[in-house]
Amino acid sequence: MNAESDLTERTRALCRAQASRPDALIEILHDIQEEAGFIPRETIPVLAEELNLSRADVHGVASFYHDFRDAPPDGPIVKLCRGEACQAMGCDTLAEALEISPPESDGVKSVIETVYCLGNCALGPAAMVSGQLIGRANKENISDALNKTATRKLNGANG
Amino acid sequence: MADPYIIYIPQDSAACSVGANEVAEVIVQNARSAGIDVKIIRTGSRGAYWLEPLVEIEANGKRLGYGPVTTANVAALFESRFYEGGENALCIGIVDEHPFFARQERLTFARCGIIDPLDLDAYRRHGGLKGLEKAATMTSEAIVEEMIESGLRGRGGAGFPAGIKWKTALAQSSDQKFICANADEGDSGTFADRMIMEGDPFALIEGMIIAGFATGAEHGLIYLRSEYPAALRIMTNAITAFEDVGLLGENIADSGRAFSIELRRGAGAYICGEETSMLESLEGKRGEVRVKPPIPAIKGLFGKPTIVNNVLTLAAVPFILAEGATAYRNYGMGRSRGTQPFQLAGNIKRGGLVEKAFGVTLRELIEEFGGGSFTGRPLRAVQVGGPLGAYLTADELDLPMDYEAFVDAGAMLGHGGVVVFDDSVDMARQAEFSMTFCAEESCGKCTPCRIGAVRGAETISKIRNGENIAANVALLTDLCEIMTDGSLCAMGGLTPMPVLSALEKFPEDFDIPDARKRATP
Repeated sequence: MNAESDLTERTRALCRAQASRPDALIEILHDIQEEAGFIPRETIPVLAEELNLSRADVHGVASFYHDFRDAPPDGPIVKLCRGEACQAMGCDTLAEALEISPPESDGVKSVIETVYCLGNCALGPAAMVSGQLIGRANKENISDALNKTATRKLNGANG
Repeated sequence: MADPYIIYIPQDSAACSVGANEVAEVIVQNARSAGIDVKIIRTGSRGAYWLEPLVEIEANGKRLGYGPVTTANVAALFESRFYEGGENALCIGIVDEHPFFARQERLTFARCGIIDPLDLDAYRRHGGLKGLEKAATMTSEAIVEEMIESGLRGRGGAGFPAGIKWKTALAQSSDQKFICANADEGDSGTFADRMIMEGDPFALIEGMIIAGFATGAEHGLIYLRSEYPAALRIMTNAITAFEDVGLLGENIADSGRAFSIELRRGAGAYICGEETSMLESLEGKRGEVRVKPPIPAIKGLFGKPTIVNNVLTLAAVPFILAEGATAYRNYGMGRSRGTQPFQLAGNIKRGGLVEKAFGVTLRELIEEFGGGSFTGRPLRAVQVGGPLGAYLTADELDLPMDYEAFVDAGAMLGHGGVVVFDDSVDMARQAEFSMTFCAEESCGKCTPCRIGAVRGAETISKIRNGENIAANVALLTDLCEIMTDGSLCAMGGLTPMPVLSALEKFPEDFDIPDARKRATP
């Protein structure tokens, strides 16, 4: 078995777990991205066939939603909220500082990603690392969160 | 053996964002090494985020609070025997009597932060399921009548009477109908949906089942944004808990009616909070808005009659059924009945959730509950109702929180978010952001929004750079008119609201080209 047929089989399995319902496409894309880290281009025709959609339909959906990426990220992702409530607490200044020198995890520079609202608007600026919300975010607590995630991964727990 | 001391610690994701999990860990360690028998109950948040992590204990039937607790002061808490209600600098006294909570009117959020969100017995002990049991004995028409009578209006922002929407769906004859909970809480400055889903998820589920009974729908979907992973986890378990005891499935509460609920994740698109875009997304498609009419209550998900209600609307339903429409409509002012969970956000000293009857003024919320700005600098602007809401000045704070009063003032209440800015804010920059945000999040279906937002951002950028200010301001005003009148949905239609309010109320920020160079705190 080569890597591509593995990916094909896995994609089919994820579709069938959702009874190959075309309305579950977004759920399936989430599942693929959780496993692969992004939506590999090769999965698009498989999804189309399995869900009885056109490849254009699947590509259209995968490219519409901000969550889905078409390439693996260059490093661990730091989601930084740039919404109004966090702007009022100086997230723009924090963003500039993070872009100049992104915090690292295991020597790999993190990727600073803009999001609009993480629902932590009374404790802004807000950030998120591996699903963990950070309040009153600053360089230090973002770095700490990245390090904790790296340690958890090392210990084999869910990242 | 004596009963263990019960300690309540929130597991709400915002409380955890400032260390609630770490505090819980250290409390357990300290208790173990001191040989003290404690039982930790993880709750939702009460919503006083400025006090988080807020640790509570029970003494003489009252809940005593300590906050904000850090891992560094846990040892001191144990020294003062806080688990028995001992005196400590962090003690805020009896939580319900604390000024931040004592003046609130918590109907929807009555249980949030008090119970373990997945403890069904605790839910029942605190008044849960009373509404559902009542609804199980009523006809659909009677439930709808009760809803109309309550005066409850859609809490997502549009404020459409919920009972009328339900009546429309009930009147449709169809082999299938749906109840969709809009949990795509994308507005900056709002977090009430997240709080209820993490802190009292059963209330949302109960409200959805009642909506099903009222309209004849047997299937519900929750469209939950992907930015809320903790809410997804808790909602998933809450649905299972209801299924396990037969509160979801066939013949619920001996009513002869069936209802099931499915969770669907969003994928980071703000526009999917718009109801027709959400329906497209639930069908697995691009979140492009639909032309209305037909309205979803007639032709919604998969072309079937569909109720789309906000999480807060549905979570208010159990109270209305349990206590009666009159008990609910006795709160509020004018045509805004009941309570609204207001959310104090941004540059505010005591940020968090304040559930109050409509009619409370913006000043009471910001000054009495919120304590003014976080930085201590003078307040300059307030944005109410999310990224599409108007900016208000420090002189407009006496406005009552009421749908009609806000419309009359050229603003909107939206989902109840209040974002405070101090005097370091550059309003031209905020206006530019509104357009940039719209360009970023537009679904692209209609031209005024798709192209207008891009051109709008460019034009404001020119104004900020001092290029032909008068001509560009005229162009911007014209563009805003086209977006307002010509867009398909509220995204393009309301983006001009923050832009024009900033322009009209803070003209000095647009005339001075280097206003953006103002010092930030």
